[in-house]
Amino acid sequence: MSGVRLLVGTKKGAFILTADGGRRDWKVDGPHFGGWEIYHVKGSPADPDRIYASQSSGWFGQIIQRSSDGGRTWETPGGEKMPDPYGPPAGVSNKFAYDTSPETGKPLTTHKWYDGTDHPWEFTRVWHLEPSLDDPDTVWAGVEDAALFRTTDGARSWQEVAGLRGHEGGSHWTPGAGGLCLHTILLDPSDPNRMYVAISAAGAFRTDDRGATWRPINRGLHSEYLPDPEAEIGHCVHRIAMHPSRPHVLYMQKHWDVMRSDDAGESWREVSDGLPSDFGFPIAVHAHEPETIYVVPIKSDSEHYPPDGRLRVYRSRTGGGEWEPLTRGLPQEDCYVNILRDAMAVDRLDPCGVYFGTTGGQVYASADGGDRWEPIVRDLPAVLSVEVQELP
Amino acid sequence: MSARGSGASGPPPGAAEAGGGPAGGSRVRVGLPFHLRNLAGVDGPVSLRIEGEPTLGAVLGSLEDQYPVLRGTIRDHGTLRRRDFLRFFACGKDLSLDPYETPLPEAVASGAEPLRIVGALAGG
Repeated sequence: MSGVRLLVGTKKGAFILTADGGRRDWKVDGPHFGGWEIYHVKGSPADPDRIYASQSSGWFGQIIQRSSDGGRTWETPGGEKMPDPYGPPAGVSNKFAYDTSPETGKPLTTHKWYDGTDHPWEFTRVWHLEPSLDDPDTVWAGVEDAALFRTTDGARSWQEVAGLRGHEGGSHWTPGAGGLCLHTILLDPSDPNRMYVAISAAGAFRTDDRGATWRPINRGLHSEYLPDPEAEIGHCVHRIAMHPSRPHVLYMQKHWDVMRSDDAGESWREVSDGLPSDFGFPIAVHAHEPETIYVVPIKSDSEHYPPDGRLRVYRSRTGGGEWEPLTRGLPQEDCYVNILRDAMAVDRLDPCGVYFGTTGGQVYASADGGDRWEPIVRDLPAVLSVEVQELP
Repeated sequence: MSARGSGASGPPPGAAEAGGGPAGGSRVRVGLPFHLRNLAGVDGPVSLRIEGEPTLGAVLGSLEDQYPVLRGTIRDHGTLRRRDFLRFFACGKDLSLDPYETPLPEAVASGAEPLRIVGALAGG
């Protein structure tokens, strides 16, 4: 590996940060799509130069961007100017139409609104793009209002994976404060039939048949904001992470509580002990140590900033339960930023690199597994997402 | 997004030529907000040839046909409902709530005045 490439989505555009394997000297490229909210940018594991970006706006809606040269140039798949005005229609890469056909799923038309009334499903934006592990043209998209879509033609068109929303609980899903969003998609590298998703505020779900059917996997979660704190549906899961070598072990940062499952989500146990707060958004797993995990404690759901104004990443080398603060190079006074759920990533270099972005526009990097941190940039727009790619 | 981003007033030098088909019909100019100009890859108002009566819906449909990247950004893919924070202005009038089959003012249909697609003001 000769270097790394960070893909940073912000409230006002995308930025691409590159460095050699030393990860000390960084080049900042951007903004791409300036002025637009970039919820997520992610490269294909099968072709790192193929990158997808979710670009959205309260005015103009959703756009999907695609690069085939590592982010130097971008295109809107199917959005090119039509060479022949009488030819077939171009693709519709930003069309996310909910499937209501009885053949592919129950024709759900409403979910619950904040006040408990029925509310029509309305597409707002793509929160998360998860490229297939082996096909650069296949991508999964998690959207708001919560649903899972898939493209197999490089994002020219999208089809809903209707079995998820068609689950019998779908009509009872309720949005969290950020909306009813599907924000986490995990692909099991050992079993192409299995994948996981998480929805705020519905919970975690698993399929074992490539998305045809799904079931909730929330046993062991406890949420005081629910009438039944241990209900099957309604938990505000913020992020789930796994190590590719042990895909049956899942780590979860919930609205409150850091959780762990050793049986592919069949049951969860809390591993928050030792944290200054178990509220937070991202959670990540070390690239080479499946029991080493990272969280960023946030004081509370009412305040959304680090406890005591000190920005501390917490690392557990025991898969949770025992935690150590990582502070070297991070501000330890007067820091009141937040770190959002998709804004932390690890690279596979040795030693493992760890990265996160803040709502204050800083992107921090550690080239030694979290022992020491340095800011790559300090003044970007609020960071929504961070992904990392290793370059050959 | 500022209404000033519409950039559709005045003469049409540099207007992107779009549209096709047989000669005839009318040619309508459409001003786009900054971000939609960037998406469409144009730096000024676009000029569209409209066959048949130049209604609001005909012009929007022609715009989306010639610039497919704009589909879904001005109105919903399926319902064609105008996005909430966009408005359609022409000749000093707000046409946003007019049915799509409403004929555009003669000055727009003749190309003398543009149809302006404007993003709502936001901020302070």
